[in-house]
Order: sequence, then C-alpha cells, then structure tokens
Amino acid sequence: MAKSKPRVKAPKAASKGEVITIKTLISHKMESGQRKDKQGNLIPRQIIHNFTAKFNGETVFAVDIEPAISANPYLQFKMRADEPGEFEFIWQDDDGSVYSKKQKLSVT
Amino acid sequence: IAAVPLPLSAADTAMEEIEQFTGGSEASESGKISLEMPEIAENGNTVPLTVSVDSPMSGDDYVKRVMVLADANPRPGVATFHFSPKSGVAEASTRMRLARTQNVIAVAEMSDGSFHMAKATVKVTIGGCGG
Repeated sequence: MAKSKPRVKAPKAASKGEVITIKTLISHKMESGQRKDKQGNLIPRQIIHNFTAKFNGETVFAVDIEPAISANPYLQFKMRADEPGEFEFIWQDDDGSVYSKKQKLSVT
Repeated sequence: IAAVPLPLSAADTAMEEIEQFTGGSEASESGKISLEMPEIAENGNTVPLTVSVDSPMSGDDYVKRVMVLADANPRPGVATFHFSPKSGVAEASTRMRLARTQNVIAVAEMSDGSFHMAKATVKVTIGGCGG
C-alpha cells in the first residue's frame, strides 16, 4: 500500500505545568478484516494496531487499536508540560511497518 | 451440568471482555467517566468519540487504562487508552466505526484498582462495516 503519512499538531512551547493538547492523524485504510471482495473472499485485516506517545523517552500515552477505529486514525490526548524535551510519536502497522515523528517542546 | 457452549451474541462478548478487563471486579456507573458521542450518527464509518475520567492524575491517584467497546459491532473491541500521571488530564478523542445502532461502553481502571463504567447509545443511520 501507499506509505502512510503521520501528522501531528502540538504546541511548540508551553508554560510549566500547562496541560497541552496533542492531535495526531495517520493516513491509513484500516482494513477491518470484516469486508469481502467481489468474489466473496474476506479481505485480510491490516490496521495500525498501536500508537505510542513518548516524551523524553518515557511513554506518556498509548492506545491499543482495534479494527473498529475509522480509516485515517485520529487521536487527540493531553500531556502536562513539566519540562522541555522532545516528543516521539510511534504508529505500528499490522504489516510490520513502524511510522514515527518527533517534535520538540520548549517549556518556560 | 456441562453445557454445550452457545454462540455468544455481540453483547455477551462485550460483557466477557469487560470481565476480562476488570478481572471480575465490579465496574460502577459512578459518573466519574464521561463518554461524549453524538446521539445520532448519520455515517457509521466515522463517529467521533471523546472519553474523559475525573481524576487528579497525580503520582498516586491516576487513571491507568480506559477500554472502549461497541456491543453490536462484529467484534466489540474498539480501543484501549493507556494514561499516565504525565497526562495531566485523562481525556482522549478518536473516531470509530459503528455497524448499527448500539451501546458504546467505556470502562476505566484507576491506580487504586477500582473500575468505573459509562455507556452511550448511538443511533446509526448508515452502518460502518459494510463493503
């Protein structure tokens, strides 16, 4: 399939102790494994099955994802900005592909 | 009596998944969880969902996990959100598929080992699992 493209919308700066909102989206068909092709054969499942958000190497939020999540999975969550550092967002595909994106956060 | 296992309905499967998640503990509908979903979803392919849990999210009092189930989808599992004290606020949003009108259930596990539950009924006009 076409390579999935991850996108992240998160603030680049926050004040100490502020709870920030992070929005992520990855382009992916999220084939549920429930659909049939024209011949009536089940189309094999292929989804993004896990999303993990790390900050300075520590997991702050993660999701186990089932086929019931819509195509182009969107995830929005929160984090308290205690110190400056770097996010790493990781998406794991059933086909073994791993997509990731990094973003820095400054805290004042 | 050794019963022949009957085929489980989707709602029964959802109940079983909740039991597995809680390890048999009771999940109270305490109002601690809020599950925001539209009452009517015109398109079951992409139904917005926000789940939040009332918690201080401190080092010794926080929400560990929230499991979301849909009791009349072909498989009830939707997602399990894993939070940490660093979350600051236990809230997550996503978009989900609903095959037809049904209940969406959220079950939260707190750091003290207690469980809480919330339900939302969503009417679906066009199902989200067809070809």
